[in-house]
Amino acid sequence: MRLPKSLILGAAITAIMVGAAVLSRVWTPADPTAMNIVARLQAPDAAHWFGTDPIGRDVLSIIMAGAWTSLGIAMLATAIGGAAGTLLGVTAAARGGRAERLVMGFNGVLFAFPPILSAILLGALMGPGAVTAITAIGVFMVPVFARISRAAAIQIWARDYISAARMAGKNDIRITAEHVLPNILPQIIVQLAIQTGLAILSEAGLSFLGMGVSPPTPSWGRMLSESQTYLAAAPHLVLAPGLAIAVTVLGLNLLGDGLRDLTDPRRGQAG
Amino acid sequence: MTQPLLQVSRLSRHFPLGQGMVRALDDVSLTLMPEQILGVVGESGSGKSTLARIVMGLDRPTSGSVRIAGRDIFALSPRHLRQARRDFQMVFQDPYGSLDPRHRVGRIIAEPLHLDTTAPKGRDRRDLVGRLLRDVGLDAADQDRFPHEFSGGQRQRIAIARALITKPRLLVADEATSALDLTVQKQILRLILDLRDEHGIGVLFITHNLGVVDQICDSVAVMKDGRIVESGPMRQVMDHPAEPYTRRLLEAEPRLDVIGRKVRPKPS
Repeated sequence: MRLPKSLILGAAITAIMVGAAVLSRVWTPADPTAMNIVARLQAPDAAHWFGTDPIGRDVLSIIMAGAWTSLGIAMLATAIGGAAGTLLGVTAAARGGRAERLVMGFNGVLFAFPPILSAILLGALMGPGAVTAITAIGVFMVPVFARISRAAAIQIWARDYISAARMAGKNDIRITAEHVLPNILPQIIVQLAIQTGLAILSEAGLSFLGMGVSPPTPSWGRMLSESQTYLAAAPHLVLAPGLAIAVTVLGLNLLGDGLRDLTDPRRGQAG
Repeated sequence: MTQPLLQVSRLSRHFPLGQGMVRALDDVSLTLMPEQILGVVGESGSGKSTLARIVMGLDRPTSGSVRIAGRDIFALSPRHLRQARRDFQMVFQDPYGSLDPRHRVGRIIAEPLHLDTTAPKGRDRRDLVGRLLRDVGLDAADQDRFPHEFSGGQRQRIAIARALITKPRLLVADEATSALDLTVQKQILRLILDLRDEHGIGVLFITHNLGVVDQICDSVAVMKDGRIVESGPMRQVMDHPAEPYTRRLLEAEPRLDVIGRKVRPKPS
């Protein structure tokens, strides 16, 4: 079976970004916190591929260390929100009736709030930091995953093999674990990739507004906000984190699209 | 006199629809004796599948009772119903929808053993599944494969093997051959007849196809709009239908042996 091009490209970009993030824990070209005022605001050259920032730190090193922050927060938030949302969605699909109305009503309420606004509120309550960012982003993943998993699970519940499992005396929890979850998993994985991309954007937005991790922990969003004032003097300062965000989000979206193509039932398994 | 294997008494199932309601089943009574094959025929929407689901305890009737080997299945506690389920199993219409695509065939066939805490495990379970696969004309090694590796007819054999693993006394086949082409249909019908003869299973065979009834059933009940309009021994109903509806069904039936021509209505 031939793999979709978007899957290969998306997986490659994502692997490079995740690789850079992991690598930054043990090695970066320079110390991302080491200042060198003499070498401030240098344009990209052989020594500093992405140039230096207003206090002379190596931008490439900050970007790599920032990848760990951004990807870490985005993946944790998506994992937590995805798990909670999927659990709610499959429960709603299995129970039906009042439980289902309750879950979907709760979803509607969450959906009605603009995420950034609620994140700022949450930041005001909890103070800025990684936990705030993960909570704020994760909470807004819940309705997305609840809706998708419920819709997918309802389709599975209508299959005859579910009736067969019920005739085998299995209860709703067992049927959900053995039949429903494995069959909706491809759709959930696709969504995990796409939502991680959106979470990167959200994390950057929060950091830009000062609700993300605090300095000196590097963060793409804060790099963007800090480089605004130097836009004319040192455009590379904006380009580096901007491109890092754009390329990572693009990679995760391509990965999600590719996975969707791969798991499309109309592909390969026809007939 | 022997006890009926399946006794459906005055069964009704109503579904609310807008202001009114649909009578999917309306005062249906049926009796199936052990080792007999009872055909239930009727057009789409006549209530056949609702009947099958209620007989299998997958849905509850609005009123009436279902007795399997003398036990009223809706009067049983959930625990006793679980135990009773070993006695009745079902084969579904769509062999593509009735097998979980993510489970291996061995796991699919062994699923009803969940009902039986004393069921064999490990090596013995593999042997049991392998024997059943051979019983239905497949290979014992097929249990390690996935459903998508099989054709429709082979999948239906897998579904039948699953239905047989608890050694049920009653098998409900809901349009079990309707999705298959004619030669495969004949093989599956042959298999059901063999199972009846070898294992003494009673079969409730639900179909819209009178040609199939003609080939395997001992008796037949004709359903229309949730009611049974005519029932009796198969030959009597097929050769001397009393109801105009049954006669219309018979006239509309393309015969397997006269391809392209319809059976002339008998002069009455």
